This record gives sequence, structure tokens and C-alpha cells, in this order.
Amino acid sequence: MVKYLPLVWSALLRRKTRTVFTLVSVIAAFLLFGLLNSVRDAFASAGRNVAAATRLITISKESFVVSLPKSLLLQIRSVPGVSAVTYANWFGGYYQHPQNQLVTEAVAPNYFDLYPEFQLPAAQLRAFHATRAGAVAGASLAERFHWRIGDEIPIEATIFPQKSGSNTWTFTLVGIYHVDDPRLQGEEGALFFNWDYFDQATAFGGGTAGWYIERIAHPQEAYRVAHEIDALSLNSDHETKTESEDAFAAAFVSQFADIGLIVGSIMGAVFFTLILLTGNTMAQAVRERIPELAILKTIGFSSRSVLALVLAESVLLLALGGAIGLALAAVAVNAIRARLGAQIPMLPVGTQAWLSGLALTIIIGLLVGALPARRGMRLRIVEALSGR
Amino acid sequence: MGPLVEIRNLSKVYTRGRERIEVLHHVNLDIAQGDFLALMGPSGSGKTTLLNLIGGLDSPTEGTLEVGGQRIDRLGQSELARWRASHVGFVFQFYNLLPMLSAARNVELPLLLTKLPAAKRRRHAAIALELVGLADRAAHKPGELSGGQQQRVAIARAIVSDPTLLVCDEPTGDLDRQSAVEVLTLLQNLNRDHGKTIVMVTHDPKAAEHARHVLHLDKGTLVEAAQAAEPAW
Repeated sequence: MVKYLPLVWSALLRRKTRTVFTLVSVIAAFLLFGLLNSVRDAFASAGRNVAAATRLITISKESFVVSLPKSLLLQIRSVPGVSAVTYANWFGGYYQHPQNQLVTEAVAPNYFDLYPEFQLPAAQLRAFHATRAGAVAGASLAERFHWRIGDEIPIEATIFPQKSGSNTWTFTLVGIYHVDDPRLQGEEGALFFNWDYFDQATAFGGGTAGWYIERIAHPQEAYRVAHEIDALSLNSDHETKTESEDAFAAAFVSQFADIGLIVGSIMGAVFFTLILLTGNTMAQAVRERIPELAILKTIGFSSRSVLALVLAESVLLLALGGAIGLALAAVAVNAIRARLGAQIPMLPVGTQAWLSGLALTIIIGLLVGALPARRGMRLRIVEALSGR
Repeated sequence: MGPLVEIRNLSKVYTRGRERIEVLHHVNLDIAQGDFLALMGPSGSGKTTLLNLIGGLDSPTEGTLEVGGQRIDRLGQSELARWRASHVGFVFQFYNLLPMLSAARNVELPLLLTKLPAAKRRRHAAIALELVGLADRAAHKPGELSGGQQQRVAIARAIVSDPTLLVCDEPTGDLDRQSAVEVLTLLQNLNRDHGKTIVMVTHDPKAAEHARHVLHLDKGTLVEAAQAAEPAW
């Protein structure tokens, strides 16, 4: 097959400008595919890790934004099968400029015990416990804003002003955590600070927890445990909904939109346009080369060989553009992740994305090459050479 | 030596809508191995059709056509393609080279269908180019060559797989007199020195003078069979 490569390549170079423009379209489509796929994967994999099966989340049945009483903590802890409980409050806010929106949470002292995937050195965890206004940032967030341990970080609150009336909460960075699992790299974009500090300083919302996180001893007991936790507040004014971390993450995302559907629709539209565009290019390219294909048949290339050559040309064009597009997407995703951290959840362009992309290039290549290739295969030498 | 090409009662009919056009009408012809035959005749006389049938580019409507002892009128399209690859070389009026490939790559094309390794393919292509006097133009693309040079590259492509038969359709029709003579001389050399059997269609009586035999076709029938009185070689 390699021996035919110069022949296929030369066909692509016959109209350089047209090939370059088509290639750019393919690159753009696969760049978009890489970026959107990265976002979709990030949402799809939210909360998916080994510990996920052993963690439950309890939120208000009414809404995610409704807080729960602190008194639930002891009650939840007493439910059989719950080995540990922690809690957190959403804080949000931005750093320096409203564009720099942050994922910031006020968390209980034992929060990191329930999240072993957040790797924080013991000394830094101790400093976090000991420092009232201490905060811990994910490595990518710290890198994005060039924060170092000991820095004073002023965060502008968008929901919770301080009792003093100020919206500026100044934290001391006492720790930087890492996440090794590449699928969870987006988790490195958060900032955590002490719930006690939040509770004491906030103008409202004190004495409540935004949600509870439970560690359960046996994943197979998850359903029973969740049911019993929700039974604690049944018929009260703060009924709860307890679910697995995966379900919680999916529900959280679905508050905004069906990301999978949106991404799928955009990619569908992009590839549909790409098929029309490259299909037209291939049809034109083959139409112009009918006498050349006739010559190949004259000197002994079979109809099937001509079919294969045209299909190879089409697949090569798509594969080349797809590879460049995905490579650019990989670079772009890394750059975006470094720049924006968790603000836009994205996973690196991994093997799965490359394999999907490769499969797409082959499928689209065969699809757009099919009709022109069929035309080449069926051409009658005598008619083609005489220009009929 | 027996005939290389044996044509018996050969007819070719095209249909265009309801119209039925008989281009060749019960043609009988033998072409000896090592012959250089020129087919002449007015436009529409059927000479190119006959050439296409001899070269296995088209199939007859009626009659038999045997080349090298093989009935090619019975072969299917795939079999004909394989047969052409190993038995026939083609030279056309407008050269029909692939414009994006170098002369060497163009000449190498028929060898892609063989199992020869790349190095041998390149070597054979280089020999063929040397034979037509274009060894120094191997890396040039067709657009960088003159008409005569392009036709010589086409001849190199036609002979690179060492076919028994060369079919040439107006090989000098697009060339100036000087280039035409060079190309015809080259064909003569291939016929005389390398034993290639050549069938050439031409309008040009001067070109036909380079052949050993000249046949005339008119309205699909061979009207005259004559030996060139004095071949130009």
C-alpha cells in the first residue's frame, strides 16, 4: 500500500489552494471536536473515581442552593453504615476581576479526610486547621494566578458579604493540593477555606451547611444509607435528597443544561457541514482527473484499485486534517486548563479522543469519497480518454 | 513466426439512443510478431476503435480477437486490466502523463502493479528513461518538459514493463516536425532493436512512412493493405 502513497499524495497536491482550504476546514472541525469532547468528558466524568462509590452527597430536596441545618450533622453520623461525615458551603467569588470567577467553598475541618484524591501535605493541612483565614488552593489554580504559600489572597464575594459590610474576604494561602488522576485534573481549580471562618464572618447563611458528604463503609449499602439519611428529615421543613457523588455531579451540571446534547448537536452540525464541504471538494477533484484515472485503468489498474485510490485520497485528507486538528486541540486544552483551571471543566485530549477522532476521519473520509470513487471505478476508458 | 494479433470477422457497434452505429464491419487482420503497422484513414473510419480493441481497452460486438494466443475478446474487465498491464504499452496523442508526478514516477506507474521492490522499480524506470534519451530529465514534471520530451516519457512508461505490443494513437499528432521525427525514430528503434510489435494510428502519411506496413480503413472496413514502399529506415 505504501507504494501507492506518492500517487495519492500527488492527487491531493494537484490543486494546492483547494486542498489547503479544505484541509483548514477539516482542521477547524477536529479542533472543535477535540475541545468540545474535552468539555463533555469533563462533565461526564465529574465525580467518577474510586472513592465515588463510597461517597454520598446530601442536599436540600427543595434545591441545591437551599442550605441545611447544622444539627443534621450528628444525626447523619449516627446512621448505620456512615463512617464519616463532612460538610461544605458554596462561596464562589472572584479574584481581582469579575472575569476571574472562582470555585470557592467553605469546608469543614475533616473535609480533606473524605477526599483522599486531593493530595495535601500533612504540614499544610495542619496549617489549614490552625489558620482561621487560611485557604488551600488546587495546583492549577495557584499556578494560574502565580499564588505561593503565604500569599494574602483577596477574594471578592458575589453572594456572601461580611458582617462588616465588606465584600472582600482576604485569605492566607497555607496549602496547595494536587490531583494525580488526569481524569480529575479539573478538580485542581478550586479554593477551599475554613467553614468556621465563613460561619463567623458572613452576614447571612451562618449556622447552616450547603451540603453534607458522607463516607460509607460498604458501597452496596449506598441505597439503604441514603434512604435512612433522607428519612431523618422526612416531613420537616428541610427535607433532604441523598444520592451518589456521580448522580450529584450529573444533577449539578444538568441544572445549567444538557451538556452532552449541546456538544453532540454542535459536533453533528460541524461534521455535517464538513461532509458537504469535503464531499464537494472530492467530487470536483475527481471530475477534473477523469482522464488521469482513465490512464491508470489503461495501464492496468483495476476498477477496484481506482476506487481504493480515490477513497485513500479522501481518507488521507481527512486523517491529516483530523490529526492536526486534534493535536491543536490537545495544545489548546492544556493552555486553557492552565489559564482558566476549573472555570471551564476540561479533560486533556486522551487516547479515547484520539481513537474516536481517527475513527471519525476514516468514516467521513469513506463517506465523502464514496461517490467520486464510484465514478472513478465505473468510468469507461475509451469514453474518458476521448473526453466524452 | 506466426501472427501476434489475429482478428477474425471483428465488428464493433455503438448505440446512441435509438441510433445504431457500426464502427467496424467484419474486419479480418493478422499482425505479425515484430511488425510495425500504421493504420490510416479518414476521421470516423474506425482506426482508433480498432486500436482500442487490439489494446484491450474496449470489447468487440462480434468476432474474435486473439493476441499472443489469448482470446482477449472473451476477457472480463478485471482480466483485461491484468492483461493490459503485462502485455500492452500505450502511447497517446496528448501524452497523458500525470502532471504532479515526475518523469521517473510517471514511468514507474505500471510497475506499481507488479511485485517488484521499490529499488528495482526505480532502476527499471531509470533504464526506460535512458532508452528514450531522457535520463537527465527524470526529476522533471511533465509541465517542465517539451511536447517531444513528454511523448518520450510516455513511450518510456509504455515500455517499462517490457510489453509485447505497443499501441500508439496519433503519437506525433501534437508535435512539431522535428519532435515527431525523433519520436518516430524512437519507435522504429524499439521495433527494430527490441523486437516490439507496434500498431500506430496516424493521419500523417510522413509518420506512416516510418512503419513497415500501412493499412487503410474506410467506413469500418479495411480497404487496402500495402507494404510501405520504402520504409524510412
